[in-house]
Amino acid sequence: MLSAVAQNVVFGLLVGGLYGLAAVGLSLVFGVTKFLNVSHGELLMLGGYAAFWMYTLFRVDPFFGLPLVAVLLVILGFILYRLVFVRMTKLNDESKIRNTMLVGFGLGIIFQNVALRLWSADQRGITTTYSSQVLKFLGVRFPVVRVASFLIALVVLVALHLFLKRTYLGKAIRATVQDWEAAALLGIGTERVYLISFVMGAGLAGLAGALVSVGYSIEPSMGLEWTLTSLIVMVLGGLGSFVGTFVAGLLLGVTQSLTFLWLGGTYREVVALLLFLLVLVVRPQGLFGVKEG
Amino acid sequence: MLEVVGIDAGYKDLQALWGVSLRVNEGELVALVGPNGAGKTTTLKVISGLIRPTAGNVLLDGHSLIKEPPHKIVELGVSQVLEGGRVFTGLTVMENLELGAFSAKARKGRAENLERVFALFPRLKERQRQRAGTLSGGERQMLAIGRALMSNPRILLLDEPSFGLAPLLVEQIFRMITEINKQGVAVLLVEQNVRAALELTQRAYVIENGRVVGEGSGEALLSFESIRSAYLA
Repeated sequence: MLSAVAQNVVFGLLVGGLYGLAAVGLSLVFGVTKFLNVSHGELLMLGGYAAFWMYTLFRVDPFFGLPLVAVLLVILGFILYRLVFVRMTKLNDESKIRNTMLVGFGLGIIFQNVALRLWSADQRGITTTYSSQVLKFLGVRFPVVRVASFLIALVVLVALHLFLKRTYLGKAIRATVQDWEAAALLGIGTERVYLISFVMGAGLAGLAGALVSVGYSIEPSMGLEWTLTSLIVMVLGGLGSFVGTFVAGLLLGVTQSLTFLWLGGTYREVVALLLFLLVLVVRPQGLFGVKEG
Repeated sequence: MLEVVGIDAGYKDLQALWGVSLRVNEGELVALVGPNGAGKTTTLKVISGLIRPTAGNVLLDGHSLIKEPPHKIVELGVSQVLEGGRVFTGLTVMENLELGAFSAKARKGRAENLERVFALFPRLKERQRQRAGTLSGGERQMLAIGRALMSNPRILLLDEPSFGLAPLLVEQIFRMITEINKQGVAVLLVEQNVRAALELTQRAYVIENGRVVGEGSGEALLSFESIRSAYLA
């Protein structure tokens, strides 16, 4: 029994790292631009397919192919921003959220159907020569690819954290999150900061998707679930705290996994949403968020 | 140096400024005074590019600013401090100051400007590692002004720097503004604290209901009957 619990905690943590990675992308975009891009999950799905086809057609190892997937999604993000989202930068925050949600839903439907036409509704996953390898430690199994995915997610997040804390551009992004007017008055080109954050968010979604395609499976309809998961994790962790977002991802992963063990699969989403509501009631700024002012 | 010529501007359906004109010469300290809602803040935001005017022009050495984005206007030497300072509370004092020197041009003079800011506000040097959110109201105002100086501006636009501060601090902030002006930075000071502002400045404009209704030396305006009765009674 105890080992089953430990096993589920480990699986929960491993998938939670990917929740964190996906949510950090959404949170970065939302924090800076106040765009609620609900096609974030579809971008993640496209990242997954990019990795899948790179492996299937050209035998590009999914881990080595990660930078390429990120670049592809950054380019897609750039196109989406320039074509669609740039029109909404001048709106007030409330209309921004409303309009980007509508546009995001539309884009999500388009991406999902394009994926369906191109690649069918089949579930896919990357099976490499090392995919079945499992490490055992104290009777708990650690699938190698999932552990590697988790570690990569962690490295990416640490890199992002350092970028935001240490570099000039990163500090400008954090400043814009807090007060774009004051940032603009210091000579920070907010339009550029918006664009950079948006494409970084797309890149992060792509990375998460690629990692999902190695350790788990992908399908055209996965987007909405990932968007919702990212939203929940973003709010759980609290805006403006990317470390908090990652930890919230882990928490959600473990919660879902233990619910699955104790209550069965039906209650997985229910308990996740209950946790979400509980945090909203008790700590509306999120577990690790800072209060305004 | 800075000329505002016949500006109309507003928010959506509400016009806030009607043909506002004013001028700040090189190295001058000029006040813009008037009651709440007269259009003082709007005037500053038009100059700094946050609000686009519907008519008129803003000229810096004859070069029009109204088509330039805010960050470009900062690079050209116009630096605004928003009402309440609006420091980035989640960032440290040092990070706030660093961001004041964001443009490539300002980054070159960063060390020099930092030294100058710390000389003006030694308190900021002591607190450089602290999060700006932990500062007192007066310290935040100092940080906001210091941050605006980091781009080495030719003109500083200050929006109600005394707002919400204790009298002793107000005096200190005003002394600093005079000091900054003496170093060669022109200042356009928006104040509701009319007496203090008029005593401080060489020249002032009075704005009411979105229109400039008076101009003159601080002393002259202080003796204006309408101003005495409206603001100083």
